[in-house]
Amino acid sequence: MTGQTQVRRGADRGPARRPPEAGPRAHARPNHNRRNRTQSISLHAIVVVVGAFVLVPLLYGVIGGFKNTQQLSTNPFGLPSPWVPGNFTSVLSSGSFWRELWNSTFIAVATTVLVVAVSAMAAFIFARFSFRGRELLFTLFAAGLMFPFAVAILPLFVLLRMFGLLDNPLGVILPQAAFGLPMTIIILRGFFRAIPGEIEEAATLDGCTAFGFFWRILLPMARPALATVSVLAIVASWNNFMLPLVVFNDPNWWTIPLGVQQFQGQYASDTARILAYIVIAMIPALGFYAVAERQLIGGLTAGAMKG
Amino acid sequence: MTRPRSRGRLRGFTTVLLFLLPALVLFLLLVVAPIAVAMYTSFFKWNGLRGLPTDFLGLDNYTRAFSDPVFLGDLWHGGVLIVLSLLVQLPMSLGLALLLNQRLRGRAFYRLLFFAPYVLSEAITAVLFTMILSPDEGLANQILESIGLGGLEWFAEPSTVLLSIFVVMTWKYFGFHMILYLAGRQGIPEELIEAAKIDGAAGWKVFRHVTLPLLGPTIRISVFLSVIGAIQLFDLVWIITDGGPSHASETMAVTMFQFGFKRFQVGYASAISVVIFLISLVFALLYQRYVMRRDLEGATTVLRDKR
Repeated sequence: MTGQTQVRRGADRGPARRPPEAGPRAHARPNHNRRNRTQSISLHAIVVVVGAFVLVPLLYGVIGGFKNTQQLSTNPFGLPSPWVPGNFTSVLSSGSFWRELWNSTFIAVATTVLVVAVSAMAAFIFARFSFRGRELLFTLFAAGLMFPFAVAILPLFVLLRMFGLLDNPLGVILPQAAFGLPMTIIILRGFFRAIPGEIEEAATLDGCTAFGFFWRILLPMARPALATVSVLAIVASWNNFMLPLVVFNDPNWWTIPLGVQQFQGQYASDTARILAYIVIAMIPALGFYAVAERQLIGGLTAGAMKG
Repeated sequence: MTRPRSRGRLRGFTTVLLFLLPALVLFLLLVVAPIAVAMYTSFFKWNGLRGLPTDFLGLDNYTRAFSDPVFLGDLWHGGVLIVLSLLVQLPMSLGLALLLNQRLRGRAFYRLLFFAPYVLSEAITAVLFTMILSPDEGLANQILESIGLGGLEWFAEPSTVLLSIFVVMTWKYFGFHMILYLAGRQGIPEELIEAAKIDGAAGWKVFRHVTLPLLGPTIRISVFLSVIGAIQLFDLVWIITDGGPSHASETMAVTMFQFGFKRFQVGYASAISVVIFLISLVFALLYQRYVMRRDLEGATTVLRDKR
């Protein structure tokens, strides 16, 4: 076996440098090509099937939203006839959807500002100062990656009730920021570490304080990393369900995920109307994905590799 | 000589303290303390309404959990979801990542499409699939009936509900794992693959002996994330089935939420959340100790091997 590979390697070494068509393998090309084509067709088929698995539910939502419930059962696959835009317009003209959109936005932005600011400060210390117990502290934060809301939700609820933060956006913003710290600190620390020490020395020689270096040099240099962690924080906050569910009793504070669940309960039999609602509720998330795709994917892979 | 130095050290110390303080306060107060409180209250019988728990039960809440068929069912469901994720969802994501790594028409579009469900909240996903997999007039059953197969009961039947939940999980999360694998695959230098081909290795052999081992770290992270995700599953199940029918899709987090927020048995619910925490923690520690050790050690292993 080994002998054979040795020989083949020897034989291939010459032609391998030339363009592949010119080698002694040229006579085998037609056969090779046909195999390639069937292979590529079957690969395409797989991708198309999976693509349909992803896309059909979404399209069903969009198209179904333009039907009425009767059309949905008699004509499930075709285009709506006639098109019924009423489901969409009634959602868009209702105050509750816009209020939920505003609440979700406000909570996501506030959470993000808080978690990024606090994490950047901590990550700065973890990346560029050495003191006793640093690694221990860092490990404590990193271990927080494994703590989901589910574990802490009960005492968190008791605590928030004690502070009077139920039905208060701070009751969602503060815990979300706290639970976002581990991932944000880990990613930012990695980035801050990569900034060369010479820059810091030069700044210090020019009379820059630690805060001045952090504020005027490190943060502007870390803009891409800050964008990445901000995008992750926004998505996490936008999609959070469990915490708003226990904190907000008052519909005036509901976020989009709560509104979606509530709407389904309220109009259980009116499928088309619910479809219209969730399609509209998807738009901000998908739009944000379209804009921030690079930061989102970069952040997730970076977070996963370092976490 | 000593004075300026100690002043410098003092200033360094106050900088460290000031920069770390916000993160530390937020983290200790809203992440660590709640988990500690959950551990404390798990030893009591407590309705959580006011005051402090006084009715000490010792380990009774824990023994109750482990003799309750509902909780044992939760463990079983978690195990089933983990096994399904590892055997179906991850290989599917890996295969698609390798596929999309090749030159393929529409590759960028498919990548964008497959990842899109990850951006949507579990709440929206849950409501969408409640309607698509509805036993009466859902899209899935209409498709099945139009090709001559009988419809399924999906979420309405204890024997199919867990599989149906898994289908929804796959729809939402396979794209995320695919993106991780894609990043991992792009981190493998093309020279290594080419070298293997020149050595005479064909498709499957290249995958088995070159690509797969080099993807090891990514696979281990992806396994880790999907196990932790399955242990903590809540939103999807809560919205789609509430744990039913007859507890057939209940997860630990759902049971905890039921007892904590619906039946006001906060002591018992805390015991369940502590079990969730301990299972995640033990799994994470063992996994990092025995499975990811090689990734974390990295270069040192190579050195030791050489010696």
